[in-house]
Amino acid sequence: MSKKVSRQQKATLAKVLRYIRRYWFYLGLSVVLAAVTVALTLYLPILIGQAVDKIVGAGEVDFSGILRILRKMAVMIALTAAAQWIMNVCNNKITYNVIRDIRREAFEKIERLPLKYIDAHSYGEIVSRVIADVDQFADGLLMGFTQFFTGIVTIFGTLLFMLTISVKITAAVVIITPVSLFVASFIAQRTFSMFRLQSETRGEQTAFIEEMVGNQKVVQAFSHESEALEQFDEINSRLQKYSLRAIFFSSITNPATRFVNSLVYATVGVVGAFSAIAGGISVGQLSSLLSYANQYTKPFNEISGVITELQNALACAARVFELMEEEAEVSDAPDAQTLKEADGSVELEHVCFSYVPGMKLIEDFNLTVKPGQRVAIVGPTGCGKTTLINLLMRFYDVNSGEIRVSGIPMRELTRKSLRSNYGMVLQETWLRSGTIRDNITMGKEGATDEEVIAAAKASHAHSFIRRLPDGYDTVIAEDGGNLSQGQKQLLCITRVMLCLPPMLILDEATSSIDTRTEIRIQKAFARMMEGRTSFIVAHRLSTIQEADMILVMKDGSVIEQGNHEELLAKNGFYANLYQSQFVQA
Amino acid sequence: MKKLLYFLKDYKKESVLGPLFKLLEASFELIVPLVMAAIIDTGVASADGGYIMKMCLVLVLLAVIGLTCSITAQYFAAKAAVGFATGLRHALFAHIEKLSFTEMDTVGTSTLITRMTSDVNQVQNGVNLVLRLFLRSPFIVFGAMIMAFTIDVKAALIFVVTIPLLSVVVFGIMVLSIPLYKKVQNALDKVLGITRENLTGSRVIRAFNKEADEIAHFHESNETLTRVQLYVGKISALMNPLTYVIINGAIVVLVWTGAVRVENGYITQGEVVALVSYMSQILVELVKLANLIININKSIACGNRIARIFELEPSIVDACGRGEAGETDCARTTDKAAAVEFSHAGLIYAGAGEESLTDIHFSAARGETIGIIGGTGSGKSSVVNLIPRFYDATSGVVKVNGKDVKEWPLKALREKTGVVPQKAVLFKGTIRENMRWGNPDASDDAIMEALRTAQAEEFVRTKEGGLNYGIEQGGRNLSGGQRQRLTIARALVKKPEILIMDDSASALDFATDAKLRMAIRAMTDPAGSQMTVFIVSQRASSIRHADRIIVLDDGRVVGIGTHDALMETCDVYREIYDSQFKKEQ
Repeated sequence: MSKKVSRQQKATLAKVLRYIRRYWFYLGLSVVLAAVTVALTLYLPILIGQAVDKIVGAGEVDFSGILRILRKMAVMIALTAAAQWIMNVCNNKITYNVIRDIRREAFEKIERLPLKYIDAHSYGEIVSRVIADVDQFADGLLMGFTQFFTGIVTIFGTLLFMLTISVKITAAVVIITPVSLFVASFIAQRTFSMFRLQSETRGEQTAFIEEMVGNQKVVQAFSHESEALEQFDEINSRLQKYSLRAIFFSSITNPATRFVNSLVYATVGVVGAFSAIAGGISVGQLSSLLSYANQYTKPFNEISGVITELQNALACAARVFELMEEEAEVSDAPDAQTLKEADGSVELEHVCFSYVPGMKLIEDFNLTVKPGQRVAIVGPTGCGKTTLINLLMRFYDVNSGEIRVSGIPMRELTRKSLRSNYGMVLQETWLRSGTIRDNITMGKEGATDEEVIAAAKASHAHSFIRRLPDGYDTVIAEDGGNLSQGQKQLLCITRVMLCLPPMLILDEATSSIDTRTEIRIQKAFARMMEGRTSFIVAHRLSTIQEADMILVMKDGSVIEQGNHEELLAKNGFYANLYQSQFVQA
Repeated sequence: MKKLLYFLKDYKKESVLGPLFKLLEASFELIVPLVMAAIIDTGVASADGGYIMKMCLVLVLLAVIGLTCSITAQYFAAKAAVGFATGLRHALFAHIEKLSFTEMDTVGTSTLITRMTSDVNQVQNGVNLVLRLFLRSPFIVFGAMIMAFTIDVKAALIFVVTIPLLSVVVFGIMVLSIPLYKKVQNALDKVLGITRENLTGSRVIRAFNKEADEIAHFHESNETLTRVQLYVGKISALMNPLTYVIINGAIVVLVWTGAVRVENGYITQGEVVALVSYMSQILVELVKLANLIININKSIACGNRIARIFELEPSIVDACGRGEAGETDCARTTDKAAAVEFSHAGLIYAGAGEESLTDIHFSAARGETIGIIGGTGSGKSSVVNLIPRFYDATSGVVKVNGKDVKEWPLKALREKTGVVPQKAVLFKGTIRENMRWGNPDASDDAIMEALRTAQAEEFVRTKEGGLNYGIEQGGRNLSGGQRQRLTIARALVKKPEILIMDDSASALDFATDAKLRMAIRAMTDPAGSQMTVFIVSQRASSIRHADRIIVLDDGRVVGIGTHDALMETCDVYREIYDSQFKKEQ
């Protein structure tokens, strides 16, 4: 188990190093400066010792000698400080640039993840990987840089200085050292899995918070506060347990290695004292050895602290990498064509699709849509209407069969060109934070004000936009903020009105708009749909009636197909559906 | 921040014992050099091997005691910090749940989520560090100064100058960097916002081929974050070099002063060495202290932001307090009163200039079905939001069962009302768990009955596991119509006196919608009386058969009456109706 964990850690570490490698110059500089800083820091006590040696007793002080040494010390101190500062700046640079790169790549990954992944994971969890985990990783990395190098250099520097005094005592110290390292790595290995557990529970809690706080309205409407709190407390207490373990075990490292250090100190003391009795070294040399023994062991304290911090950082990095290594959308075929301007014909041939393997949904679906046709999709809720749209937009790939647009199989087209030939308005409106104008011009970069206003007028959004505090420059908050659902939908329609691609997908596009306004928008839609192939999911019969083709779907397959009159004549499912509108409730 | 310390109250013992054991450990650490001095002075001087071995045992003993003290301290500190954070999170979650929509609208969900997650973690970290280290470092700094005074008053004066000087540097850098850390946080929030947005809007972004733009957008914010981080890093990187210069500068001065004092016979050479080593000790501890203070700073900033959330008072206060006796008293009402009565009610949303509702005046008798219809933004939802007190009327009165809603205990009021919100929100868990939001004790039979009424029974039965079918976060594995029917069933499980359907059948086809309305009509509350039902809709067909229909336009009532009466008298209603039915008739 622990071996598996450490292998995983090693893999993560290797990936981190790949990111750091880009900043090799700063890394090199940092290492050199760390060496300089440590050497100067270690040399200083020697200078102090020399100065002290010149202060023998009353009336026996060599002032000019002391002055010379003190001047040398002043230069050393200034150099050390400068080196230290530049080193810190380098470390900052490496750390913040590395996490910037990681964040960026993680984000780029999000843009390329199949919707299947995004639909199946909670937003909070993904966000926490990109933000919180990366942040935590940065803390660990920075600490690693500032203390890890200096620590290691200090250890070797001190060993060198000690060797010049006594080989025997140095050897005694070196023999005990592995004990310290062993203790540290023993604890670190156990801590890693505990940090992971803590990290996972935190993710779970974040997802829960997002769900409850994000839907506070429902929580309050059902007086569900106390139950939610209970559930929260359950996760919270689990988090408490794991956090306590993770924090406590990681903080044991410090005292444990310090204990080993005390043993080192005692060993140096005893061995040194006996060799002093035997006349091997002087008392003065013994005291230098002791002070170096202290200096030698202190970095071990720090390093072990840093190692636990790094463990934590690695656990976080592992979670980020996990996201980054998710399989991306199947990339476009190398010889994929660019669909310039679709003629509007769409054919589905023997299409099979299901979200979950084994749970059949769409099976052997065939459909031919001629250019400019208006296709209405109706059917009871959950019959697969939205799934069809997922396939048409290639948000999901079919399991078997083929979809052709303009006669070209969809798989042989670039996603970008395929999607830019569709204008899509979904029932679930989505607006980004930014101005109203930003949101409208999503469809057409660099649209002029006139074009934007014309589009807004066509969708009847102009009048409400004009009444907003800053008109088209009004900044709207995340997810539309204080706009009503209907207003948001109007904006989404305006977005499509502006770019007018050859094919349209309207999934309940006007479900939140009042019918008076809708009638007017329908006219605009009708104009817009002229000569354009359109797929319309709607409940309102007025919309459906005018369609060239009506697909009646049930349980993932088309059970009836034809225009309004034909279907009524058939007196089947559609006729039933149509008549139910006038059922007396 | 101070207020947050309240959450340590259950961990008083740990909060005191943690630092105490840490001090104990530090004291034992201070004894070690004395023992070593004894080894040199007595053991080596008299070549007494037995004495050396004895003192060596003392050293080992001290190490064991130190280890025990330290681990104990770490445990108490971790326990207190984790317990503190757990309590804080609990209280924060409970507090956020109490906030009314007005506050939620202004603060924003993602801010609240950050406060609950990463901010609390940072504070936990801060508390842990303070408990472990905050006493130890000053203890050693002042301990060293006092020791210096016992050696030589004049030389000790250098300590008196150095310590405040160091403090100025340490605190100066802190003061400079605090506002900058706020900037970092803001930049981080922005990056987080974009990440979230790209997850919620992944379909639209892909449909419009905006991936590259979004990446550029993210990159910009990411760069800003990195720039601010680097800038802050540069300033805080000054800390170590500056303190190093001051301390070693002080040592230089100390050596010179020491030389003069020794020349004049006031102190000995050995005492100079002791003074220098005390000064060095100060450096080590001050560096620790400085790093600690930076961490504490971050924690305090986070703590203050959390405290500001606690300062938010819910604008909707429960008039009846929580006393059991008070509730029954409050709940007593006259039986004859109208179920819901609006008396000249008006509503101005926080931050809005104009009234969203003006002079709403009507009453609904028990068992009556009221339809509410009107254009987008006409205030339909606002009207029904006043009934369960999601918002409070800013003028006029809203009464339920003859009593002002502000005088009802909130819980009792919301138990009486079943709300089906516009946005069909479900929560992670089984269908059964979701249904029990309405009534925690509902039997499977009762749940199935509600599902039947909501026209959801059929599809629930086809789901694997039926009621045990697991719903993912946000109900993503269900279609919009399925979600909507489940949210309706959830409200019905409650068997409310007043049922509010806020445009909640929009994703249902007409046949299902009609069946649903018929089934709801037939429902009775536990007392056997009919439910009072409010149906908010855009569809004339959904409200056409209501006992009375309220027509809203721009926040005002422009007509109340039956369908037939309104067709005669209300222009707005006729226009809406015609827009939907003309063609069919």
